[in-house]
Amino acid sequence: MNLETFVQEFAEQFDEMPADSFSGSTQFKNNEEWSSMTALLIIAMVDQNYGVKLTGDDVRKSTTIADIYHIVHTKAMS
Amino acid sequence: MAFLHIKNVVLRGVAACIPARVEENTDLAHMTAPDIEKLVATTGIERRHIVNTGTCTSDLCLKAAEQLINELKWDTKEIEALIFVSQTPDYILPATSCLLQDRLGLPADCISLDISLGCSGFVYGLSTLASYMQTGMIKKALLLAGDTSSLTCSKKDKSTYPLFGDAGTVTALEFSEGADGFKFHLGCDGSGSNAIIINDGGYRNPFNSESLTTSDIAEGISRSKLHLALDGMDVFSFGISMAPETVNALLRRFNIDKEKIDFFYFHQANKMMNERIRKKLLLPEHKVPLSLRQFGNTSSASIPLTMVTQTAKALSSGENEVLACGFGVGLSWGTVCFTAKYLTIPELIYYD
Repeated sequence: MNLETFVQEFAEQFDEMPADSFSGSTQFKNNEEWSSMTALLIIAMVDQNYGVKLTGDDVRKSTTIADIYHIVHTKAMS
Repeated sequence: MAFLHIKNVVLRGVAACIPARVEENTDLAHMTAPDIEKLVATTGIERRHIVNTGTCTSDLCLKAAEQLINELKWDTKEIEALIFVSQTPDYILPATSCLLQDRLGLPADCISLDISLGCSGFVYGLSTLASYMQTGMIKKALLLAGDTSSLTCSKKDKSTYPLFGDAGTVTALEFSEGADGFKFHLGCDGSGSNAIIINDGGYRNPFNSESLTTSDIAEGISRSKLHLALDGMDVFSFGISMAPETVNALLRRFNIDKEKIDFFYFHQANKMMNERIRKKLLLPEHKVPLSLRQFGNTSSASIPLTMVTQTAKALSSGENEVLACGFGVGLSWGTVCFTAKYLTIPELIYYD
């Protein structure tokens, strides 16, 4: 897995935000569109594409997309 | 792996009773219109039936049971076991099943037992009751399952209140020598016990002077420690991975051909979660009935309520291979597979 692909997959879960506005350092909760529903879409995307279970705490303690990426990466390796 | 194959028992009928009072999610007072629209689109829950103050789960189950006994033409004297599955009992003690034995007029020579489980409770209750019956010493028995979860949620908690509806159900089981019976897979992961919890009011954290204090947890989420707290992300993550896993485990263990199953009844959590589960298992929509649009998440009642409201005609007029899967609070899960033959299913019952 690589960060660039992950950022794209992450961005696809947003309806209104343009995909090219996202990068690894994007603070993903810092926009109008983010909600608990978006969080569920992210969890579903990670489950489907990486077979990894993200918890509520994983999402709560993360600020940037790279933070989530590192959690998924670590869990996918273990 | 906890698998069971309980033979010589069949499911004869199922009935459901819901409160007549309806609450539309579009009328929610503590949410903005765009938020409500998003909530309904994601959860698929448009309205819920909720009890008036003073009505208990047992009242709903009782009404359903009386109707089913009547339509089955069972003599109450022959009913020798009753299990009540609920997390909203009448009292902390005695067990609600004891009260129901009396109210239903069942003989004193009758096993009566409460099981404290939620979304997985119907499947667990079925396994317990069928186990009692498999040698034929008990011929007829009732499983009552339901909850009045609306009473446990804070009206100012958008993460719980719009999701839960109230319902009571009854399922009738009968001994039938030679029947293939029920195949189960049951499991539990208590490390997730915090994901759905009412913190105070038990004996770990007894009711105290602060139990009723409401605090703001997040935007749109205010509740006290006597209210249901739900970590939506944890539960979602659990549901979309565990439900397909337990279904696949059962199918593999008993070498069941998925194509031969006519209906897959999943606990009705929310549309997004249920759709994920369906898609992961590659199941066609017409085989996976949903009832959550009208009733929301009705805890242990959701599977029998879906059977009654969505598929009564098919279940009562023929032979169907059925799979049911419950998952949630505990965390706990269970899957069952059985043949349903010409079930007796009274029309949905309303409680005023």
